[in-house]
Amino acid sequence: MRKVLLPHTSEELWEVLRAEPQAAVYAGGTDLLVKLRQGLVDPSCLVCLERIEELKGVQEFGHEVFIGACSTHAYLLANPIIRSNFPVLTKALELLGSPPIRNMGTIGGNICTASPAADSLPPLYVLEAEVEIRSKNTSRRMALKEFIQGPGKTSLQPGEIVSGIWVKKAPGYNLYHFEKVGQRKALAISIASLAGLLRASEKGVIEEARFAWGSVGPTIITSPEVEKALVGNRLSRPILEKAACLARSAVEPIDDIRASGEYRRLVSGNLMVRLLTLQREVCH
Amino acid sequence: MPSDRRVIDILREDLNLTGTKEGCGAGECGGCTILVDGESRLSCLMLAAQLEGRSVTTIEGIASEDRLHPLQEAFVEHGAVQCGFCIPGMVLSAVDLLQRNPNPTRMEIRQGLSGNLCRCTGYQKIVDAVKAGALKIK
Repeated sequence: MRKVLLPHTSEELWEVLRAEPQAAVYAGGTDLLVKLRQGLVDPSCLVCLERIEELKGVQEFGHEVFIGACSTHAYLLANPIIRSNFPVLTKALELLGSPPIRNMGTIGGNICTASPAADSLPPLYVLEAEVEIRSKNTSRRMALKEFIQGPGKTSLQPGEIVSGIWVKKAPGYNLYHFEKVGQRKALAISIASLAGLLRASEKGVIEEARFAWGSVGPTIITSPEVEKALVGNRLSRPILEKAACLARSAVEPIDDIRASGEYRRLVSGNLMVRLLTLQREVCH
Repeated sequence: MPSDRRVIDILREDLNLTGTKEGCGAGECGGCTILVDGESRLSCLMLAAQLEGRSVTTIEGIASEDRLHPLQEAFVEHGAVQCGFCIPGMVLSAVDLLQRNPNPTRMEIRQGLSGNLCRCTGYQKIVDAVKAGALKIK
């Protein structure tokens, strides 16, 4: 039998992590409990963060927003600060998992599991999010794209948790885009996904662009070449086809049970072209 | 009771509440859906310790003493049940949906039930039933 501990405060949490350094930490459990059942992990102790209120919630600090790591996806989808400031993240969370999974799963968990297919990651990359990492005596901030090192690998050290995510409001981006391709419309692990934030002038000329692809590399893929190809141009088919080619060179997909690398490479480019016809929605 | 016992096992094995089904054990089918403090959760991905202080509603808990829940009546009336395996999860997800959105469109019903897979019905009659159930509840 495994011990399952539910600390209610961060003080209790540090004590628990000190006493059980081999514990596996989870919040919603929608990833860890699957691995547990498959026998992929076998910790002697589990620590559940779901009762620690100070790790939940969304706070505005001027031009930055702090998202508590144990905020569920459902909570974030209902939160007016998230909805009005980060529609690209909202769009992705709407497509993540399913309603009960969104009631249980947390944004911190999605980050720390660090699956290349995680749906919150492409939006958080284009938003240039930073994670806040805490231990009993330390606190540090780190760019998300540096925090995630590889499939399932992060920079977390023993005794540390991700306490939250800092996201700068991104004024001036007036177009956002998120699309994921999966084997069904819900309950689908992404085969390929694309998040984008763009700023277009009144005449529709792209002044700035940020993109991030999911499920097509060991971590989230970004591409300055694709972004440069769009800047100074309107979003037309020829421009997007050119960007699509560059995207296909930028991604590093593998074959797995859900799709082949070849398919993923093709789709990574096609997702760019869909910027033309799909909703290129306006941020407020 | 071991604190790492899965909630679905507590319900089915310890409490003999076999209405909640295990379709996949991995959170991908919704057959194990229950309500915890009124919100839909997957009991195959919850551990006993997490239930402390929480109220749990299973499919056995939504009918009243002398009558099925309006949603259950609607499922029966609209032919939404074939093998029945997905139905407890479907009904409880629908209960959660209607609590939050008492008058959903067909699209909103599909999205609200998107965590519950059915291999028999093709979903149309399930959506009909939830639409009708919403009216009954009002």
